[in-house]
Amino acid sequence: MNGWRCRRGGPARRRGFRAEGMALFIEQLVNGLTVGAVYALVALGYTMVYGVMRLINFAHGDLFMLGSYFGFTLLVATFVGSALPLWAALPVTVLASATGVAILGVLVERAAYRPLRRSNRLTAVVSAMGVSIFLQNAAMLVWGPRYRAYPPWAVPDVRWEIGAVHIGFMQVLILMVSILLMAGLYLFVQRTTVGAAIRATAIDHDTARLMGINVDQIIRLIFVIGPGLGAVAGVLLGLYYRQIHFTVGWSYGLKAFTAAILGGIGNIPGAMVGGLLLGILEMLGGGYISAAWKDVFVFLILILLLIFRPTGLLGERVAEKV
Amino acid sequence: MSLLELDDVHISYGNVQAVKGVSVAVEQGEIVTLLGANGAGKTTTLRAVSGLLRPRAGHIRLAGQEIQAAAAHRIVELGVAHVPEGRRVFATLTVEENLNLGAYRYRQDATRVREGRERAYRLFPRLAERRGQLAGTLSGGEQQMLAIARGLMADPKVLLLDEPSLGLAPKLVQEIFRTIGEINREGVTILLVEQNARIALRVAHRAYVLETGRIVLAGPSRELRQDPRIQQAYLGMGRKPAAGRRPAQAGQGSAAVVSS
Ligand SMILES: Nc1ncnc2c1ncn2[C@@H]1O[C@H](COP(=O)(O)OP(=O)(O)OP(=O)(O)O)[C@@H](O)[C@H]1O
Ligand SMILES: [Mg+2]
Repeated sequence: MNGWRCRRGGPARRRGFRAEGMALFIEQLVNGLTVGAVYALVALGYTMVYGVMRLINFAHGDLFMLGSYFGFTLLVATFVGSALPLWAALPVTVLASATGVAILGVLVERAAYRPLRRSNRLTAVVSAMGVSIFLQNAAMLVWGPRYRAYPPWAVPDVRWEIGAVHIGFMQVLILMVSILLMAGLYLFVQRTTVGAAIRATAIDHDTARLMGINVDQIIRLIFVIGPGLGAVAGVLLGLYYRQIHFTVGWSYGLKAFTAAILGGIGNIPGAMVGGLLLGILEMLGGGYISAAWKDVFVFLILILLLIFRPTGLLGERVAEKV
Repeated sequence: MSLLELDDVHISYGNVQAVKGVSVAVEQGEIVTLLGANGAGKTTTLRAVSGLLRPRAGHIRLAGQEIQAAAAHRIVELGVAHVPEGRRVFATLTVEENLNLGAYRYRQDATRVREGRERAYRLFPRLAERRGQLAGTLSGGEQQMLAIARGLMADPKVLLLDEPSLGLAPKLVQEIFRTIGEINREGVTILLVEQNARIALRVAHRAYVLETGRIVLAGPSRELRQDPRIQQAYLGMGRKPAAGRRPAQAGQGSAAVVSS
C-alpha cells in the first residue's frame, strides 16, 4: 500500500501564489465532486421513486443512513472486518450493506406505501415521514445516540499529488464507484426493455399494465435500486468522513433531495448532474465564502429552486401531442 | 364456446353504475363492434376486459377461462391486447421502444420480438421510417398506428380497439380501418369500440349497441346498417323513427333486441 504514496513536495511547492490559488480551487472542485457524487447516488433514489410513483420517499435518507451503519457493523463487528483482507472487505461491505438496505426498501414499500397507493398524496407523505422517524429511532436504539466512527484501518492511507493538488484514496474511490454505478444505471434504464418498462410506468401506470408490465414488480425494482444505491453512498460516506450519526439521513437526505430538485425531480440524468453540481457549489461556497455557511447555501438553493424553477435544470421534458 | 365472452357484467365507479349487465360474445376470427354515444360505457367495458377495472358482478371469459379477477398484466399474457382510447403512446420513448414494450411478455425471446416488429412495420410502413423518433413527435394518425401496432406486438388472440378513428381525418380513418381488416384476416379476433358507426359497421361482422350501460341492440352488421333506428341515431340519416317507438323496444328483422 505504501508504494501508492506519491512523493511529497517537488517542483510544485515552489510555484507562486497564483498556482497555489489554482491548486486550492482544483482541490475544492474535487472535494465538491466527491460529496456531489454521494448526493447524486442518494438523489437517484428520490428521483426514481418520484418518477414512478409521484411520491417523495422521505424515508430514503434514513435508508441511506442505515447503509452507513450496516457498513460500520460489518467492518467492526464481523468476520468481514476481522478476517478478510481490505481489498475484499470493502467490496463485501458495500455489497452486503446495499443488499440489506434494498431488502428494507422493498419492505418499506410493501408495508407503508403500497396500501396507500390509491389514496391521496398527503396520506402517503405522512406515512413516509412515519417510516423516517421509525428508522431513525430504530437506528438510535441499535447503535446508540452518539457518533460512531468507521475504523481508521478501513481506508488505505494513500494520497496522490498532481502538481500542487492533493487527492485522497477515498475521493478517487467514491468518484470511480459512483460514476460506474451511474453509468450502469443509465444504460440499464435507457437501453434495456425492463428499463423502458420503468420509463413507461413513470409515464402512465395503466397503459404500462396494458403492455403486460407488472407495475407492482417495477415499483419493487425501484425500491431495490434506489435504496441499494443509497446504501452504497452511505458506506462510502462513512469511509470518507469516518463519523456517522443516526441523523445523517435527514441532513444528507435533504441535500440529496435538493440535488434531485436541482436536476429536475423524476429525471435520472438530472439527479446525477444535480448532485455533482450541488456538491461543487457547496464546496466552492464553503471554501471561498464561509465554511460555516455551507449548509445555508444548499438550502438557499432549494428554496430559490422551489420558488423560481420547481422543474429543475433538466425538468421533465415533455414531448406530448394530444 | 366463444373466444371472448362477457356475461352479465356490471361495473361501477363508486356509486355511479356505468355498465349495468352487459353480455357480449366474440367468436374466434370475428370483428365485433360495440357502438354507442358518449358516456355509454364502451371504454369502461373494455377496461374491465383488460383488467384495469374490476366488474362489480358478472363474468368475463377468455376461451372459457374466467379472467374478471385476473391482474391486467396476466390478461395480456393470456392473449388479450387493449389499444386504449386516445392512443396513449409513451411520448418520450421512441417508436421502436413503444413497440418493444408491446412485446413485454416475451421480451426474452429476441427473435419473436424482431418478427413482431417486422410485422408491425409491414402493416404500418410509416412507422418503419420513424422507428428512432420519439412517439410524442408523431402525428395523431401515426400515433394511432403506433398504438395498434404496439398492441399487436403482444401477439394477442383478441385485440381490443377503443375508438381508433377518434380525431382523425377521414382519409386516415379509411387507411386505419383497411389495416384493421387486414389484421383480422391474419387471424386476430377483434372487439372494436366506435362512435363512428358507419365505418365500424362496414368492417365488423357483428355489432352491439350500448346505451347508458345497457346493450339495446345486437346483430350482424349488414342488418344493423339497414335498421332505421341505427340509421337515424348513429348513421346520421336523419329519418325519424316511427312515432312512439323507442330503440330498446321494437325489434325488426334478425337484428335482435337484447333485453337486460
Ligand atoms: N373514472 C371515472 N369515474 C367516474 N365515472 C366515470 C369514470 N370514467 C367514466 N365514468 C362514467 O362512466 C360512464 C361511461 O363512461 P365511458 O368512458 O365508459 O363511456 P364511453 O362509452 O367510452 O364514452 P366515449 O365515447 O365518450 O369514450 C360515463 O357516464 C362516465 O361519466
Ligand atoms: Mg370511451
